[in-house]
Amino acid sequence: MPGVSGQRMNLITARGIGVTRKGTAILQNVGIEIAAGEIVTIVGPNGSGKSTLLRVLIGALNPDRGTVTRRPGLRLGYVPQKLAIDATLPLTARRFLDLPHRVPDAEAAQALDTAGVPDIAKRQMVDLSGGQFQRVLLARAILSRPQLLILDEATQGLDQPGAARFYRQIEAVRRDLNCAVLMVSHELHVVMSASDRVICLNGHICCEGTPEVVSAAPAYRELFGRGTGGALALYRHDHDHGHDDNHHHDDDHHDHNQPVHDHA
Amino acid sequence: MTMTITITINRCTTMLDDFLIRAALAAVGTALAASVLGCFVVWRRMAYFGDATAHAAILGVAIALALNISIFAGVAAVSLVVALLIHRLSDRAQGTDTILGVLAHGALATGLVAVTLIPGARINLEAYLFGDVLTVTRTDLAVIWVGAAVVLTVLWFHWSALLTATLNPDLATASGIDPRRENLILTLLLAGVVAVAIKVVGALLITALLVIPAAGARRLASSPEGMALRAAVLGVMAALGGLVLSMRLDTPAGPSIVVTAVVLFACTTIGGKLQAIGGSSP
Ligand SMILES: Nc1ncnc2c1ncn2[C@@H]1O[C@H](COP(=O)(O)OP(=O)(O)O)[C@@H](O)[C@H]1O
Ligand SMILES: [Mg+2]
Repeated sequence: MPGVSGQRMNLITARGIGVTRKGTAILQNVGIEIAAGEIVTIVGPNGSGKSTLLRVLIGALNPDRGTVTRRPGLRLGYVPQKLAIDATLPLTARRFLDLPHRVPDAEAAQALDTAGVPDIAKRQMVDLSGGQFQRVLLARAILSRPQLLILDEATQGLDQPGAARFYRQIEAVRRDLNCAVLMVSHELHVVMSASDRVICLNGHICCEGTPEVVSAAPAYRELFGRGTGGALALYRHDHDHGHDDNHHHDDDHHDHNQPVHDHA
Repeated sequence: MTMTITITINRCTTMLDDFLIRAALAAVGTALAASVLGCFVVWRRMAYFGDATAHAAILGVAIALALNISIFAGVAAVSLVVALLIHRLSDRAQGTDTILGVLAHGALATGLVAVTLIPGARINLEAYLFGDVLTVTRTDLAVIWVGAAVVLTVLWFHWSALLTATLNPDLATASGIDPRRENLILTLLLAGVVAVAIKVVGALLITALLVIPAAGARRLASSPEGMALRAAVLGVMAALGGLVLSMRLDTPAGPSIVVTAVVLFACTTIGGKLQAIGGSSP
């Protein structure tokens, strides 16, 4: 047990992160803190440095400036944006869950079940559909019982109902494991409604705060323009309903969302 | 196959007996290490990397002859330097193919020139280009088996970490594995296999021994371990079959081993295709 003193310490603290490649600043003076148990979402246009920031946080990329402090012994679950498995590598979903450490069959089955793909253990990874693949990645990420789950555009290739189900699975995972979640996503309205905190990134942090604060911020609106007006309206609509009923009742909230997704 | 060898051996004199057994043992040891490591070469698409490292071995031969040190040591050292150089360069991505091409052929050509320039050294260059497994000595055999054992042991203990790093470096990092360290380990093992294999198949065909058994095992396996195991079996079959072929037809042993490996590859690939269609069993 990490002890009570560890409880107060952030899982990850990054300060003044700067990354420059080929003379171009990809990240500039980015600071981020993740506390235990919270859901934080990073939004931003393509090429705004979201994946780069995640890679800095997990330690895969050394920033040119700034510091990253991870809580000692921090267990990370990571779902990368891209995972290309070479066709010459035979790998079943079950065997993939054993990387890097073997897990008991019961735990593996439980993880696949939680991730929503109970029946694909024996299938080859390269034969899975996009959605199944993402869910196996999620299953593997939660097997290490992470304190922080990091997801980089984990719902890519899923249709909207699929994405909504995926986010509900992530919320279920968070409840089960009591872990923090840091994710990057484009499904602004779904993600924002599920987040404690939203960070809007475009090389630097444009704005951050609660979903309400960020969606109202001029910097955010400037970045996402009118194109997302509809999505924001949906978000507000959903959100108002949530307020009327019960602010913390997540499942109810999502059920409200469901028909909206289907028509969107 | 075993029967053929037994018959061949029985016909031979005791002395021949000995050199054939040495050759067979050397070929089997090399094939085991090369075919298992070869799986990673295939999965990571490192064949060209293997070529460059292996070709540099000729430069190692030249240096070993000039300094009058063991061929194994010279080859291992130069292969290691070239492998580390490529390892460093490939970190920066972009145009790696070109750099590999320059290094591979540059080292090979420099080696060929250097070998002929060494005064007094009357060496049979072909032996190092295509291997000369029939002249393997007891010491060579010891070096080959120790080298192969080290390669297989390291692979055994790093299997999971290597596999995770092969799949995705960031995934490895998030699991507490340093993918750069694992890459470095593969680089070192590759140099080791080149040193082990130079006397058996020669510098030009080492990559074949790495890649072909692994490629042949692909269709027969549904897990990484299964593929490594089947690659090892195919590698050993190629080594022994190639030696038999070489004895029967009086052909050079190294190329004969590779030809056998290619035939086995063709069999498993066609067998796999037939099985997929629903025809005969493999
Ligand atoms: N290794 C690299 N070398 C050079 N440029 C890179 C590298 N990785 C990312 N970039 C650039 O950095 C920017 C941010 O990339 P990324 O973090 O993947 O953005 P996002 O995930 O927000 O779409 C892009 O313009 C991309 O081209
Ligand atoms: Mg990205």
